[in-house]
Formats: sequence, structure tokens, C-alpha cells
Amino acid sequence: MKHSSSPTNTESGGAGQEPVFEVRGITKVYEGEVPVHALRGIDLKLFAGEFVVLLGHSGSGKSTLLNIMGGLDTPTEGSVHYCGQEITDFSERQLTFYRRDHVGFIFQFYNLIPSLTARENVALVTDIAHDPMTPDEALALVGLDHRLDHFPSQMSGGEQQRVAIARAIAKKPDVLLCDEPTGALDVKTGVAVLEAIDSVNRELGTTTAIITHNAVIADMAHRVISLADGRIADVNENEVRLGAVDLKW
Amino acid sequence: MVKALDRKLLRDVVAMKGQALAIGAVMACGIAVFVMATATLRTLTNSRDAYYAENRFAEIFVSLVRAPVDLAERIGEIEGVVAVDDRVVQVLTLDLPTLNEPASGRVISLPDRGLLGDGLNVPYLITGRWPEADRVGEVVVSEAFAEANALELGAKLEATLRGRRQYLTVVGVVLSPEYVMQVPPGSIFPDDQRYGIFWMSRRQLAAASDMVSAFNDLNLLLAREAVPEEVIRKLDHILEPYGGSGAYQRNDQQSARFIADELKSLRAISLGAPVIFLSVAAFLLNISLRRILSMQREQIAALKAFGYTNAEVGIHYVKLVAVIVVIAAAVGCLSGTWMGSGMVAMYGTFYRFPVIDYSPGLEIYLIATTMGLMAGVLGVVGGVRATMKLPPAEAMRAEPPASYQPSLLERLGIGRLLSQPGRMVVRELGRRPVKAALTALGIAMACAILLVGDFGKDSVQLLVDVQFGIAERDDARVHFVEAKPARAFAELENIDGVIRAEPFRHVAARLRNGQRFRQLGITGIAEGGVLYRLLDREQQQIPVTGSGLMLSAIVAEKLGLSVGDTVQVEVLEGERPIRNAMVSGLVEDFAGTAAYMNLDALNDMLREGRTVSGAYLQLDSAREQDVFADLKSRPGVAGVTLKKVMIDSFMEQMTDNMLKMRGFILFFASVISIGVVYSSARISFSERGRDLATLRVIGLTRAEVSGILLGELAVLTLVAIPVGLLFGYALCLAMARAMSTEMYRIPFVIHPGTYGLASLIILAASIASGLIVRRKIDSLDLVTALKIKE
Repeated sequence: MKHSSSPTNTESGGAGQEPVFEVRGITKVYEGEVPVHALRGIDLKLFAGEFVVLLGHSGSGKSTLLNIMGGLDTPTEGSVHYCGQEITDFSERQLTFYRRDHVGFIFQFYNLIPSLTARENVALVTDIAHDPMTPDEALALVGLDHRLDHFPSQMSGGEQQRVAIARAIAKKPDVLLCDEPTGALDVKTGVAVLEAIDSVNRELGTTTAIITHNAVIADMAHRVISLADGRIADVNENEVRLGAVDLKW
Repeated sequence: MVKALDRKLLRDVVAMKGQALAIGAVMACGIAVFVMATATLRTLTNSRDAYYAENRFAEIFVSLVRAPVDLAERIGEIEGVVAVDDRVVQVLTLDLPTLNEPASGRVISLPDRGLLGDGLNVPYLITGRWPEADRVGEVVVSEAFAEANALELGAKLEATLRGRRQYLTVVGVVLSPEYVMQVPPGSIFPDDQRYGIFWMSRRQLAAASDMVSAFNDLNLLLAREAVPEEVIRKLDHILEPYGGSGAYQRNDQQSARFIADELKSLRAISLGAPVIFLSVAAFLLNISLRRILSMQREQIAALKAFGYTNAEVGIHYVKLVAVIVVIAAAVGCLSGTWMGSGMVAMYGTFYRFPVIDYSPGLEIYLIATTMGLMAGVLGVVGGVRATMKLPPAEAMRAEPPASYQPSLLERLGIGRLLSQPGRMVVRELGRRPVKAALTALGIAMACAILLVGDFGKDSVQLLVDVQFGIAERDDARVHFVEAKPARAFAELENIDGVIRAEPFRHVAARLRNGQRFRQLGITGIAEGGVLYRLLDREQQQIPVTGSGLMLSAIVAEKLGLSVGDTVQVEVLEGERPIRNAMVSGLVEDFAGTAAYMNLDALNDMLREGRTVSGAYLQLDSAREQDVFADLKSRPGVAGVTLKKVMIDSFMEQMTDNMLKMRGFILFFASVISIGVVYSSARISFSERGRDLATLRVIGLTRAEVSGILLGELAVLTLVAIPVGLLFGYALCLAMARAMSTEMYRIPFVIHPGTYGLASLIILAASIASGLIVRRKIDSLDLVTALKIKE
């Protein structure tokens, strides 16, 4: 049911298509008293509508990779192209607009603004996006249409994460980058959150990358890319994708 | 529709309301003082300028012995003179039934041809009518005198004018641009009850004082391009044969100078005070905002991740500050306007203007708000810039744990003496030395402001103690209408009830040192006198011997003279001799500009026998009234100055105003110190809530935990107080210098009690703010605090 390809073959997912992301030879070194090599030469392509899971242990470099793809961080060497544009050449301001116009983020700790209600947290993004959904629509998509006026402190972790998803998808992003979206959640809540992400990928065709250390989630993906020690260790393509409810925990 | 980011802003402001209030209050104080001082300054300046212009206040003033009226025409031909007003001015004494002692005043002629012409210093008629040229004894009287003596229209006053008794009838009450503040000659304080200004028709006054077709006082108005010094030179030359006593400009005219000096001090306040308050506010904003930024690090990262630009995030936090500033500015402008109206009303009792139109003006508010915003931006710019620079991925990670080191104290080995909580306090202070220093600085500022508030009281007390307790020890001072031979003095000496009398001679003169000159009176006093002493800087009596000249230190300074130098003396009376004299001593006096000589030496210089202008009297207090009655009956007496009455009225006015000012200053200083201590404590609390909760969890009591947080504040307060006292000392010194004018020198002295009081108030303010934060520590929710992810 799974077939394994060589570590360097990371392009099979969408043969014949132009990639949405093309990552070439990126390295990332955090300078300090002891330099930390977070990434040691990564090549990767992501295709439109693809659902990719980046799997790896803590310290494998997966968060760094996601941050660089999302325009939150810059590599020490190498390049990242998004739809043919080299975002690693972008200015700070261009990166900001890249994030504003194309990328939806979901974080492990939700990163909601505690002083804003669910609806207002989503509005934070719809206020600055082109042609977004309304916050109410986005929250309805994640099943939170009954919690619109609740503050983060009045919601459970799963609900908070779903607000974060609503916030990420409200602008109808081209890519959805999720950093351990279920890391802080129990299984049941985690499943609900993954379902929400999965439905966005299937229904809106949003290219989705999830990073996780939880191998179970990998079964949801078109492709699973394993990272270890700053390098791509393995790439698997799932012939059959499982739905979130069918995952074996 | 309100954007989501703006909603966050409003909720953030509400969440930090305690700190916002503390910062806003400090800022509002600064803005209020600015608005108050500036609005008052502008109102007084405008009222004065309009008054001077409307009532044709002269620009050149001169008095002389006597000149024929034709001479005025010649003076009008001097280049640059646009108007000449020749008039008759006489001194008079009054026997008021309500007063035991004689009152005195000046009576000034009004042109008979009417006031609408080209007259200068035109009085402003408040009630009644102008005196008729053909009615004997009709006068209009200055409002201050009329009010102080409750004079009604039609009141009859018994006056002595040029030695002749005469009844004056009050037909009107007026104000004059010449006497916006009316101070009797030889005094430094107003005495409205005993000194009045009267105006009489020229015909009547000339007849009563033997001045028909003559004048003894002259005022000029100049063209814009005229050179006043040049006009004065020519004028003095023309008037010399007529006993001209030296012309002077408007800025040397007594009333004009009083106002100009006061406006100068007001300007110093309007600039100095806001700077202090706004810099404290900027500092508080800085530390508070930095704290908020570090607490919202992840929120900022998220905003950036969603594509908010650096500028949008930066502006968001600038807006947060702007909300506080705008509210503070509104409160400050409103309360400043209110305080300003009080100040203007207070000045209205000293300075008599016909119209005081209190108009703070929109641009004052705009400037005030802009100043507030600038302080705000100054306070936040560093923090916001750092946040903007933060790469989003880095902001997403938790802030690295604060790095601590053993403090200097511990490295010196004193650490062993400290308990664990003591070490925490010391290390926390050591970790953020700049923040600690600025906090202490803020508290010190408050302490300094308190000193400034109380310093005035000490200063006035010293002035009164020295000037009236050591230097001037006479009970009463008698001035003759004109200089008299020694026997007139002997008569005074022999009045029953006079214990001791010492003569003085007063003569107008001009002192010249190269290009610099000053016009003043030289007072000759008797050697060995005890009723009027000249004091040096150390408050030691300067002996009045030899032929040297003793100058007010300020005069010597202005003329560039020191002891041993020679100065040219041009006497402006009698034979007008010009002599050189040596400066033999410097007198540390507090008001006016004076020069003194030995009486005999002065008589010699004037080539006259023993001649006196008046006498200092020491009275038997039981028989004071008899002495006054006697003096009232002597036509040669132009006036009697009563020291006690003068001091009382002065102190009464001073204390009233000072109490109000002290109240304000106390309030302001408390706002600053509570603002600083509270903000600082609140920030430490939010930064270390988790640590403190941990300590509570492991078993420390509330008191012990509070001790750690409040211990920091206690240390800062204790360090700040001596620093603040030192600042205050410097600030008072600067204030005394800035507010000292040639007319008044503010002595610099601070009593130990004043230091003590300031320290106590700061301590109390610190304890009060400590207690507010203590309540937060007490209600610390341990579980939640530990869950806070930081």
C-alpha cells in the first residue's frame, strides 16, 4: 500500500505539473556560541492541491523548513521558489505580502490574540486579505458557528485550534502550513482538527503541509517526507489516503 | 466598522488600565502645567499689550524740577518722538479717618483739553466722571486704593499737597497703564491701603502746586524706527538745566518691569515643568510598553505570520500609546485651562488691567497635545522598533530565559549576608540596571519636585528674616516731601514715642562704568546706625565709613564692578555733580537696586550741609499711635512706611498663593511618584508572576513573596530619595536663578525640615503604590500563574 522512493526523489507527487513550491539545497545554520545546523541541504517540490506530511523528531529541522517556506525565516543557503518566484530573494516587505496573500498558518499553540473573540481573531486576517470569506463562514467551516463571540480563554484547546484554522483558511490561502496542529491536543480533539484541515484540502484544493512528529497522521497525506538531522531521510507516497477518523492512534 | 486589530488595541488599553492611568496622570500633569502657564502667559501678555496700546502707555519717562511748557514743543522735535505729554506730578499725604498712620500718594495732572487727544498714559475710567477743570479738589483715584479704603464716589479726603492742606473729592475711579501694579517708593511690595494714585485737572493741580505754565514730568512715545538711547541722550541734554533726573525706558518703569519680570518667570515655568513631567511619562511609557511587547511577543509573531506588515504592527502599538496620550492631553488641557483661569484671576488681584480676556487658544492645546505625543513616541520608539525588527520565526519562539548573574554585592562577598529573597532582589536589580536606574530616577524627580514646591516658603521666610529681621530694623520710615536741613530730623527725633531715629539722604543718580550704566537712588546713611544695616553675603554688617559706595551685588554685577573698582556717579539733582567713587562693599539685598554711602560723604559730594530726606524710626510700641498722629500733622512729611504692616500684607498675599501652589505641586509630585512606583511594581509583578507563584507553591508566605517584589521597590525608593534631594537642590538653585530678576533676588535656602517632608511624602507614595500591588500578589492564582506559557 505504501511505496518508498529514494530520499532524493521528492518530486513524484505531481508529475507533469508545475510545482507550487520548489526548495533547492537549503541549509540553515543558527549562529551562536555553538553553531546549530538545523537544515543541511534540502531539495523538495510541493504541488498544487497536494497534502504533505513532514515527519520528524524534535530537532530534525522540520519547523525550520516550514518557517522558511512560509516566509517567516530565511535560509543560510539555497533557494525556495513559490509559483516560479524566488521567495528567498524577497525583501522583508515582499515576504510580508507573500504571507498576507498566499499563506495560511496554523501553530501548535494556536497563537490566538487573547483579547479578541473567535470572530475577531478571524477578522484580524479578513481585514487585510483580498476577497476573503466572512469570519462567520470560516468559523462555520470548522464547526464553530455557535462560538463566535467567545474569547480564547472561554474555549477548549480544540476549539481554539479550530479558530486558528478558521483564521488560516478565511483568506482562502493557496497554501496551508501547519506546525504540529494537534501537538497540544488529545486524540479526539486532534481528530476533529485534522478533519477540518483535511476538508479544507479536499474541498478548497489548498496545498497543505503539516509538520508533526506523530507518524499516525502520515496516513492522511498524499506524500510523507521524513526528516532527520536536517536532511530528508525518506519519502513515501500513500496510494490510499485515510480520513482523519480512520487514523489508527 | 472597527477593525479587529483596533479592538485588540482598546482591550489592551482596558487591560493595562492601572498603568495607563498612572502614565496618563503624569502626562496630564505636564500638559496641564504647560497649558496653565502658557495660557496665563498669553492672556497676561495680550491684556498688557492691548492695554498699553489702547491707553497710549509711554515709552520714555522722565521727571524734572520745573520747565516752561514751551519746552515740550522743542522736545517734540527730537527725531523719533511721535508724542509728548508734559504734565505735573506731585506727592501728597492723606489723613484717612480709617487709618492711624498717614497715607501717601501721587497726584498727576490730566490735560484740560480732554483725554481724547494725544495724551499719554491715559487712565481708564471705571466709574464716575473725569474731574472738571474749574472745580477745586476734584480727583479720580486708582481702583486699588479706592477698593482698599472702601472709597465711594463723592468721598472727601483730607490731603496735604506742597505743604498745604486741601480737601479732595473723589469723582471717579480709574486704572492706569502706568500703575498696573502700584508700589510705593522705597518699598518692594504693594501697599494699596496706604499708597494711592490720584489724577486732577492740570489747571487745578498747577494752581495748587505753583506749576502754572510749567511741567515737572514728561512722557514720550517713539516712532517704531527711533533709537531710544539716542532720544534719551538728547532729552537729558535738553532737560539738564531744568533739573531733569534722567530719562528711562519702559522696561525700567516700575510697574512695567514688575509685569515683565513676572512674565519671564511664568515663561520659565511653562517650559521647565512640562519637560520634567513629560520625560517621566515617556520613561513610564517606555518600560510599560516594553513589557507589553514582550508579553505579546507571540501575538506579534502571529500577526506578522498572517501578513501584517512591520509598519502595521508598529503603528498598532503607537496607536496604543496615542490613545493614552490623547486622553491624557484632553484631561491635561481641560485641567490646565481651569488652573489657568485661577492663575489669571489671582494675577488679576495684583495686576489691574481694564480687560483680562482669558483665552487659552486652540494652538496651545495643539502644541500641548503634540508635546505629549512626542514624549509618547519618544517613549515607545525603541520598543516598537525592536519588535518590528524581530523576525517572525524568532518571535514565535518563547523569549529566552532572562540571564542572571551574581550581583556585584555578592561578588564582593557581601552576598553571604543576604537571604535567598534578598539575593533575588539584588540580582533582579542587577539584571536590569538601566530600568532600575530609570525607576529610581523617576522617583527622584518626584522628590525633587516636592523640594521645589516647598523651597519658595523657605526662601520667602529667609528673605523676611534677613531683610526685615537683621537688615531693616526700623519700625517706620518717614520720607520728607523734599530734602530738609538737619533740624527737620531733630524734630522727628524729639517726637514722643520715638525711641531712636537715624537720618537718611536719598538722591537720584546715574552710575556709569564705561558703556554700562544704571539709574538708581543713592541712599546716604549715618555711620554707626543700627536701624538700617547693610549686609554682605555672610550677613555681616558692612560698616558705613569713608567715601566709598556700597552697591547691591546685582548692580555691581550688571555694571561689571567689584570691590575696589571706581565708578562714575552722576547726581541727577541739585547742582548735578559728577564724581568718581570707589566701590567699597557689595550689599546682598533681595529687592530693588540700591547704592549706599556714608551720609556725611554724600552730603559732601552734593556740596550741601547736613541735609536729610527722611529718617528711620524705632518706636515705642505703646505710643505708636501718638507718633502717627504727630506725623500726620506735619506737612513736610511725604509718607510713612510701616514695616510691620508691609510685611503682614506681603506675607498674607504670599502665603495664600503659595498654599495653592504647594497644593498643586504636592499633588503633581505624588502623581509622579505613585505613577513611577506603581508602574514599576506592576511590571515586575507581571514579569515575575510565575516566579512568585512558584515561590508560593513551594511554601513561601504571601508576606515573604511580597517582600521580594516590594523589596526591590524599597531599595529603589531608598536610593532615589537622596538622589532626589540632590536633584531638588540643584533644581531649586536653578529656579532661584531663573526667577531672580534685577528687581527681586530669590534667596536660595532649603530648611532641613523641607528635605524631611519631601522624603516622607515620597516614602508614603511608595508605600501606597506598594500596597496596591501587594493586593495583586495576595490574589495571585497559583495554578493559573503556573500555566502561563512564557
